[in-house]
Amino acid sequence: MSKTIEGITTERSEKLITETLNEMPEKAQKKRRPHVGANEPEAETCAVKSNRKTIPGVMSARGCAYAGAKGVVWGPIRDMVHVSHGPIGCGFYSWGTRRNLVQGVPGVTSFAMDFTSDFQERDIVYGGDKKLEKLIGEADQLFPLNHGISVLSECPVGLIGDDINAVTKKMEQELGKLVVPCNCEGFRGVSQSLGHHISNDSIRDFVIGKREFEEPSSPYDVALIGDYNIGGDVWAAKPILEEMGLNVKATWTGDGAIEEIAATHQVKLNLIHCYRSMNYMCKVMEEKWGIPWVEYNFFGPTKIAESIRKIAALFDESIQEKAEAVIAKYTPGAQAVIDRYRPRLEGKTAMLFVGGLRPRHTVGAYEDLGIQITGTGYEFAHQDDYDRTSAEMAKGTLIYDDVSEFEFERYVEELKPDLVGSGIKEKYVFQKAGIPFRQMHSWDYSGPYHGYTGFEIFARDIDMAINSPTWKLVKSPF
Amino acid sequence: MTENAVKKVYRTTPEEVDKVRKWILTEDYKEKNFAREALVVNPAHACQPLGAEMVAHGFKDTLPFVHGSQGCASYFRSTFNRHFREPAPTVADAMTEDGAVFGGQNNLFEGLENAYTLYKPKMMAVFTTCMPEVIGDDLTAFIRNAKSAGHVPEDFPLPYANTPSFNGTHINGYDSMLKSILEYLTEGKKKDGAPKESLNLIPGFDGNTANYREYKRILEAFGIPYTLMADISDSFDSVCDGTYRLYPGGTPLEDAADSINAKATISLQKYSTIQTMRMVKDTFAGSAEVMPMPIGIKNTDAFLMKLSELFGKPIPEELKAERGRAVDAMTDGHQYVHGKKFAVYGDPDYLLGLVSFMLEMGMIPWHVLCSRSNRKFEKEMKALLETSEFGTGCNVWINRDLWHLHSLLATDPVDGIIGDTHGKYLARDHKIPLFRVGFPIIDRINLHRTPLIGYNGAVNLLSMIANKFLDIVDDTSDDQWFEMMR
Ligand code: SF4
Ligand code: SF4
Repeated sequence: MSKTIEGITTERSEKLITETLNEMPEKAQKKRRPHVGANEPEAETCAVKSNRKTIPGVMSARGCAYAGAKGVVWGPIRDMVHVSHGPIGCGFYSWGTRRNLVQGVPGVTSFAMDFTSDFQERDIVYGGDKKLEKLIGEADQLFPLNHGISVLSECPVGLIGDDINAVTKKMEQELGKLVVPCNCEGFRGVSQSLGHHISNDSIRDFVIGKREFEEPSSPYDVALIGDYNIGGDVWAAKPILEEMGLNVKATWTGDGAIEEIAATHQVKLNLIHCYRSMNYMCKVMEEKWGIPWVEYNFFGPTKIAESIRKIAALFDESIQEKAEAVIAKYTPGAQAVIDRYRPRLEGKTAMLFVGGLRPRHTVGAYEDLGIQITGTGYEFAHQDDYDRTSAEMAKGTLIYDDVSEFEFERYVEELKPDLVGSGIKEKYVFQKAGIPFRQMHSWDYSGPYHGYTGFEIFARDIDMAINSPTWKLVKSPF
Repeated sequence: MTENAVKKVYRTTPEEVDKVRKWILTEDYKEKNFAREALVVNPAHACQPLGAEMVAHGFKDTLPFVHGSQGCASYFRSTFNRHFREPAPTVADAMTEDGAVFGGQNNLFEGLENAYTLYKPKMMAVFTTCMPEVIGDDLTAFIRNAKSAGHVPEDFPLPYANTPSFNGTHINGYDSMLKSILEYLTEGKKKDGAPKESLNLIPGFDGNTANYREYKRILEAFGIPYTLMADISDSFDSVCDGTYRLYPGGTPLEDAADSINAKATISLQKYSTIQTMRMVKDTFAGSAEVMPMPIGIKNTDAFLMKLSELFGKPIPEELKAERGRAVDAMTDGHQYVHGKKFAVYGDPDYLLGLVSFMLEMGMIPWHVLCSRSNRKFEKEMKALLETSEFGTGCNVWINRDLWHLHSLLATDPVDGIIGDTHGKYLARDHKIPLFRVGFPIIDRINLHRTPLIGYNGAVNLLSMIANKFLDIVDDTSDDQWFEMMR
């Protein structure tokens, strides 16, 4: 039986969509129509179309391939120097603005800084390859404990015909360290998503298989894929897996070490959280090294317990026993969190719009707290993400892909959720309208939200957002 | 490749960490760091279109329109969102790979039409990202074509600026966009006869909304009719009353159009308004004046005296009293900051204002750093430092970044840092406070709501700095040195 939410029907959603899109110019209407729909939980494939070009001028929240590469995949790797290759802006804006926390000594062993070639006119005219070569040498000299250097191309680099791959190849030989090109110019593809893919390809072509673990392997070696340690998520997730008896050999890429990432082909199983951004590499490792992979969900106790059992089922009884012990150990604590917050949140509704995973993966955590999701959508998901979404959502709920600000406002206005969970660009729009909001990319400067410890923080934050007394001040008495 | 060729996973040893940790604080490291020719590490400047976008938000009912990659637009918007904690509605025409091949005209057409219909602006201010600049899109022709093809009405205002990021910084983008908007709006609006008793005030690139409000208050105290250009005070400090407004503030377009007839135009930021002021001088009816940002007493005095002189009005009693109170605060509080050394970084005009204030206070601006500027600025800053004994021996660093500053703070230390949020790692590494001034400030709340210009601004700056040093004394003193009064 699929879920239902009182007052939410397919007819209502369809009507809302039609009325909203009717206000757009005809051509835009036609282009937008396939990207919005009412959820059909039983349908084999989600009817909402995705991963297409953003319509010019509608105000999309999407970023670019470079953002997907620098911000998502490469940036979190702590022991590399990540070079934003091109003009000044891209690297400046993505410096420290994703909250992918890392261990290490800043500037000595970890490099969450902004390294850039700060292109000038002459670099555009004469090309930047020479500069890049010199730059890589300088970076290695000044940051000698780096374990590698990634070169992330910004828009101009691909347009002026530079060959960064030749430069990185040469410098890798010279330095004896991993020097990795990533042709993630912002104009490629339609969103951050292609940046993830291109980065995965770079890891495939230039990183993985180049190292081996010193210590002997064990049947319990796994890698944590697609957890970016936002607000410390990895540090909340990894201990659970370790308590289950698994050896987490590498984390991709949150608080990641490139040398370990390069040896990941030796693990026995890949556990993938953010499917959207890293499924490519899981598939490559499966094909090339026969490593199976499994998706899991560490948001909220229901999904966490399900996931722990799903993972444990792939191992022997000793792991399965420990898995049950882990669930038994943490469930009372999680229940206490629910007992505390659920009475304050029961019956509330929320609408989501996030990147490529959370619009479906966090649904269970909200439901654990008694909150129903009346609409959800992704900035840069693909068909396989939407297919995975339908079953999580109630019948008739709104599904919107790459929603424009214009539409999102209308949808929220009509469905009147008690909370919107989306990004920084949306946050203040809705807060001005008096609607509680949490940033769901950055955990709104909080976190972690993964695992059992994360759930407690998540519950506190959602309660805080919805029940803050400040909302009562919005309407003045005069 | 044989199996043996695969290396083992390398993990850094504690000895190596210890060694490098010490090394990066040495003269030897500094020398190598300063020998860098290609690599920029932790710059303190953003790219041109961000400045252009700030200008666009500063005009009423105006939608910023990014011609180029949507990713850039998302970066500009989120930077403003984080700094002001406010919406920053902006559209992009989302050029992609085919745009790179065929140019972005079709994207611009479609984008203008959609944005015009959905967001009902009265003006769209168009500026560019790197991509169309590299492929050489001809904006002039594109915009003409967009109008003649009917994507927006012929008479719809579409000022545009080329803002290539590989040339200059956000302050140059600010300049180009402002020039373009004013040129566009004032065209054909010059009236015969004597100029109007009115002032155009251009604050320059400033992420402090309270400064804009302070400028308005000062002009109102004088009773001088004014137009504050690119006024972001209500756009980026808007009310929360249950209604989201797309265009909550900004300079009224009619006022901007009529600005050509004003008696005078004052720019309070020389380096971020070079082109604009050249245009004003050439085409506006009134005089064009460029003054330093009124940070500190002397610069504020100069600003007020200029207003008085231009409009024949006495300095209002209210402002005279404010000056007196500010000076009172400075004489009372000098002992807490006198002789303390600072590193200060940011945009050229802000730096000139801050340094002027510091010299007045007896503070020492030991390292003054601007990560992208020119010899002219360097000369001007040096000349300013020479006006005071507290400037003696101080260093001006242009085209150096915050990692250079890291070396400087290790080898030639100071007591505090003044700059935007990006300096927080320096502050932590060198165990000195960071005083957050500039753009962006993304880790503290409401700082843009405290003015730093004018007499009140001087008091605010002083309080922020002095009280922090007092906190440090209280937080770090041993019991025997801990006392009630400070
Ligand atoms: S591509 Fe250019 S315009 Fe875009 S953010 Fe980067 S530097 Fe700025
Ligand atoms: S979880 Fe979402 S925001 Fe994070 S990387 Fe994946 S798709 Fe992006």
